[in-house]
Amino acid sequence: MSVSTDDLVRKCREIRYTVADVIGRLGVGHIGGSLSIVEAMVVVYYKYLRIDAANPAKPDRDRFVLSKGHAGPTLYAILADLGFFPADRLHTLNRNGTTLPSHPDIKLTPGVDMTTGSLGQGLSAAIGMALASRYRQDNARVYAVIGDGESQEGQIWEAAMYAAHMKLDNLLVFTDFNNLIIDGTIDEMNGLEPLDKKWEAFGWNVQVVDGHDVAAIDAAIESALAVKGKPSMVILKTTKGKGVSFIEAALTANHNMPLTPDQHKQALEELALGRN
Amino acid sequence: MEMRKVLGDTLAEMMRRDDRIVVLDADLSKANGTYPLRKEFPDRMFNVGVAEANMTGIAAGLATYGLVPFMTTFAPFATRRVCDQVELSIAYANLPVKIIGSDPGIAAELNGGTHMSVNDIGIMRGMPGMVVYEPADNVQFRQALPQIARHNGPVYIRMFRKTTPNIFTDPGYAFDLFKADILRAGDDVALFCSGVEVSKALDATVILANEGIAAEVVNVHTIKPLDSETILATLRKTGCAVTCENHSIYNGLGSAVMELAAEHFPVPIQRIGFQDRFGEVGKLDYLFTALQLTAEDIVTKAKLALAAKAGGVAVSSTAL
Repeated sequence: MSVSTDDLVRKCREIRYTVADVIGRLGVGHIGGSLSIVEAMVVVYYKYLRIDAANPAKPDRDRFVLSKGHAGPTLYAILADLGFFPADRLHTLNRNGTTLPSHPDIKLTPGVDMTTGSLGQGLSAAIGMALASRYRQDNARVYAVIGDGESQEGQIWEAAMYAAHMKLDNLLVFTDFNNLIIDGTIDEMNGLEPLDKKWEAFGWNVQVVDGHDVAAIDAAIESALAVKGKPSMVILKTTKGKGVSFIEAALTANHNMPLTPDQHKQALEELALGRN
Repeated sequence: MEMRKVLGDTLAEMMRRDDRIVVLDADLSKANGTYPLRKEFPDRMFNVGVAEANMTGIAAGLATYGLVPFMTTFAPFATRRVCDQVELSIAYANLPVKIIGSDPGIAAELNGGTHMSVNDIGIMRGMPGMVVYEPADNVQFRQALPQIARHNGPVYIRMFRKTTPNIFTDPGYAFDLFKADILRAGDDVALFCSGVEVSKALDATVILANEGIAAEVVNVHTIKPLDSETILATLRKTGCAVTCENHSIYNGLGSAVMELAAEHFPVPIQRIGFQDRFGEVGKLDYLFTALQLTAEDIVTKAKLALAAKAGGVAVSSTAL
């Protein structure tokens, strides 16, 4: 696929704007963690993922598991933009009867590959998909995003161990390391560092990149896809709420944040200016 | 023959016919009879080691790919240990994973109370869309497995992995996953039973018959969804009942039957099962007695139910 870095940067701006608009109109949502993961998801979806909006259940498609399910609004913004469902449906997010619930639901939304929401579970499901692809020999790749707070769950490390044991080189996982959980910082609650050394010790190919640098993420994926015999982890150093000054400044309060109409407007203005 | 051998043999037959069937274990494949399958199906056997939560999630991921995973471990680990993983990744996502929990209740024997699932049916029955099945014997289990594989949704299978008494000796027996089996006809009292309690209920009918009491024995092998038609027809005939299960009297077969009866045809019902207590270490014979799961215990409860029916008096030895 010939997608330039400029195209991807532009797309991040669009997706970020859409996410802030959808959550802003609703007046509350998981905006911090949705904005921190935009770059990685945009690079994966627009450059690497082999999927077809006209055939969302194509058996040999690549898979994407958003294990940190609270970033659902970002996934929906991308899926709508790619044509999996009409864009006007985005504004039904979390409204009664919607097909776009806070956390992704495999039964409800075209393009969603796994139900997530209870943290720690999606990586295991991604491993199941990677094993299934190997068994079916369809050359699909499986991408997953886990959170840093989610990495405090024990199941993540059960999964880490087994993916390496099974040499799942068709599995590429990102950690959204924004260092914020609901009750404080990762560092003060239950530290993860040295996170890269932990994943390396578990047998993974590990890279650490600036999670808002599209070119760096692109290069990390390119490099990871060339690694054989082990799964790959890309740790993204990110800012929770990235792109909107007052949301970034809210720190832990931006996890599930109410937005007034004025804040909604301010967020869109900042994002329209292309602050990134 | 041990039930786990039936599991291994039947899965092998099914896997030869259906390349979608895969098996997951968490270091109990030897205990559960699936270990030999690795030879014939090396690319369809996944043993994750001692990591049940991961196994559960992997099973869900395999199922999203159109595969039909059977995952096995002991009953307490297949339910209470991975309750959230089963609920979210399998039941909420409505993925057709088949969860085999072996050695339920007193079957854990010398592993003791820590390994005795007293509430596994309750945990699984509370999950929307989950089918809960407890095999009564090898003949039934062999017929059940292909139907379970065909069912397009999650199923919990409560497998007594060792040798069990033969119940279904009629060669014409045709199992239906969603239809309870009437094993004895009788007008006086109904005995609704599952798993190892089926043979105890059958023994109880002999004792009761000697006293002129005709018991109807219904094997409610599928606790969810309940075959309400068969159960209500029996209750209308007998007017009282005893539920018999190797599980807590709370949230299992007893609760399911009582809920149904209370809504549609309230009659006196007594419950055989763990009386709100944990299990303990011991051999099976001792445990049947210690947990009050014997044929004699069933007879006692049947008489209480009959007395309540006759006198309209609520009499119960069950701790409240």
